[in-house]
Amino acid sequence: MADREPILEVANLVKHFPLTQGILFKRQIGAVKAVDDVSFELYQGETLGIVGESGCGKSTVAKLLMNLEQPTSGTIKYKGEDISKLSGRALRAVRRNIQMVFQDPYTSLNPRMTVGDIIGEPFEIHPDVAPKGDRRKKVRELLDVVGLNPEYINRYPHQFSGGQRQRIGIARGLALNPEIIICDEPVSALDVSVQAQVINLMERLQDEFDLSYVFIAHDLSIVRHISDRVGVMYLGKLAELGTDGEIYDHPTHPYTQALLSAVPQPDPEVRESRERIILTGDVPSPANPPSGCRFRTRCWKAEDRCAQEVPVLAIPERFAKDKGGVAHPSACHFAEERDVVHA
Amino acid sequence: MSIEMTKAEVPGVPLLEVRDLHVEFHTRDGAAKAVNGVSYTVDAGETLAVLGESGSGKSVTAQTIMGILDMPPGRITGGEILFRGEDMLKMSEEERQRIRGDKIAMIFQDALSALNPVLSVGYQLGEMFRVHRGMSRKDAKAKAVELMDRVRIPAAKERVNDYPHQFSGGMRQRIMIAMALALEPDVIIADEPTTALDVTVQAQVMDLLAELQRDFEMGLILITHDLGVVADVADKIAVMYAGRIVENAPVHELYKRPAHPYTKGLLESIPRLDHKGKELYAIQGLPPSLTAIPQGCAFNPRCPMAQDVCFTDTPPLAEVLEQDGGPIGGRASACHFWKETIHG
Repeated sequence: MADREPILEVANLVKHFPLTQGILFKRQIGAVKAVDDVSFELYQGETLGIVGESGCGKSTVAKLLMNLEQPTSGTIKYKGEDISKLSGRALRAVRRNIQMVFQDPYTSLNPRMTVGDIIGEPFEIHPDVAPKGDRRKKVRELLDVVGLNPEYINRYPHQFSGGQRQRIGIARGLALNPEIIICDEPVSALDVSVQAQVINLMERLQDEFDLSYVFIAHDLSIVRHISDRVGVMYLGKLAELGTDGEIYDHPTHPYTQALLSAVPQPDPEVRESRERIILTGDVPSPANPPSGCRFRTRCWKAEDRCAQEVPVLAIPERFAKDKGGVAHPSACHFAEERDVVHA
Repeated sequence: MSIEMTKAEVPGVPLLEVRDLHVEFHTRDGAAKAVNGVSYTVDAGETLAVLGESGSGKSVTAQTIMGILDMPPGRITGGEILFRGEDMLKMSEEERQRIRGDKIAMIFQDALSALNPVLSVGYQLGEMFRVHRGMSRKDAKAKAVELMDRVRIPAAKERVNDYPHQFSGGMRQRIMIAMALALEPDVIIADEPTTALDVTVQAQVMDLLAELQRDFEMGLILITHDLGVVADVADKIAVMYAGRIVENAPVHELYKRPAHPYTKGLLESIPRLDHKGKELYAIQGLPPSLTAIPQGCAFNPRCPMAQDVCFTDTPPLAEVLEQDGGPIGGRASACHFWKETIHG
């Protein structure tokens, strides 16, 4: 994969939300460090999964990638061009290629617009994609592509079920023929039996249109299923990054191991044979993260060094020569392989 | 409390029994039949998991048991809910109130909206003792601290006067559990108790709930859409679809060999953590609208095995047997073709 040019390159991305006090004379008393020094790449046609618990900064990453938030520092390069500094026409041109599918299909569709207007709205902003007379036809095509009846073009969102609404959201994301789609928890609001349908649809569309996905979710099983590479986030930082096999079969970061071991397993045989790591306590506040390694307050391996030195996300030295799945970036001073999924 | 309520366990009578319950809601499009003949029992020390997707009627059944169903638009059109053999649906509101909270308690999914944001958690926990036990404010607060300790909230003494928003999601759910436990009820109904929580916290809360249930010898009804979450703690599972129970089974049995095509499809559509699969199996179509449940078996439009009989006759919840006709124990399936489903 290294010989390919990345389509999206994120380097040292930081987003701090200021915390202020006072009404007339606002002064900053601190900052919520939502995203703190995150770097990754996205290649053409691949799916990068980002997992983490609530508050880990994964949705902020999505907003930054969409340029809905300005980063505090760091760069987001789309085909070599830093998009976080763009505005106006240049930004509009880039946005055409990076679209988003939202989590909640109940609130992300305007209840007063018909499906045709919702999916056709991107064409108002980018009239060059579909000339005026062509738009209805284009919308019908899109409905067909996502598996909805094109006759539904004049219906309103409330006439659809959750899974169908998410298909509408996907059709809207596809309207401008983007290269990248950022999916923020696209199936977590759906029922289990419908989730599989939407996941299959997204995979089919990826093949058909050569899309790249950034797939943000908290469900580790779904992320494994759809992703080529996976990044694990904790408190605004990437803890571990690798291919799906590297992360799931050879995790080396304690947080990844704990996260994987906590996934509820319906299969009684898998459940009984694997070990469970139950973490104590809750995720610390991102306004006041622990010094050094952010996971150290809940980590069973933590030593003095973890409080002083921030571990960098790199292939641990001791694994550098190893073949197989162990040699992948992990931000832990004491990285160690532990298979918690198979046992 | 009153003497007639603390009746000793009657042998042979289940702690809680729901019998052929029917509930419908009045809507503009006609009656939405949310619960269509649900029956289940829970005994002391037993955990029943009710598995189903949204709209399957699992929460409505629970709300009916608790007596917190909004009526109207809701309407109970048939059935009985027996607590120690007495039909709660025939009781006066006053009698119901004495059972609610005291004998049967409920844990809700979203602790932030279930707790009152303008009252301290200590006040809300203490309310249970003041209202039901007539304790003084001071004693009630002491009890609240004790309970918070019991559900392992660190520094309970200092935190008793904090408000719900000052707690994390996991801690809030612990407070909900503490509140349900307050009066040491015989039955606890937990409606998606860990759905709003992160995976690493889910496990903590589930373990706590299981431990408390063992210690207090309670009957526990766990309502969930995720089989994985309840698999460790449940003794038996009831799978619901369109307001009916379609399958009953012990946990291990259900996963190993489901006897209803819906359960089977549901299990196959879950992606696996331990290896990357190919395309996911997906159950075709959508759950039916409750105002227009299909004739015959409600699952027939989505079922890969459906035959003519499925469109005309509603399959009864029948006992599932081994291939040689021997009993399996505790298994039932509402499918005309359960034999083909389970034995292949």
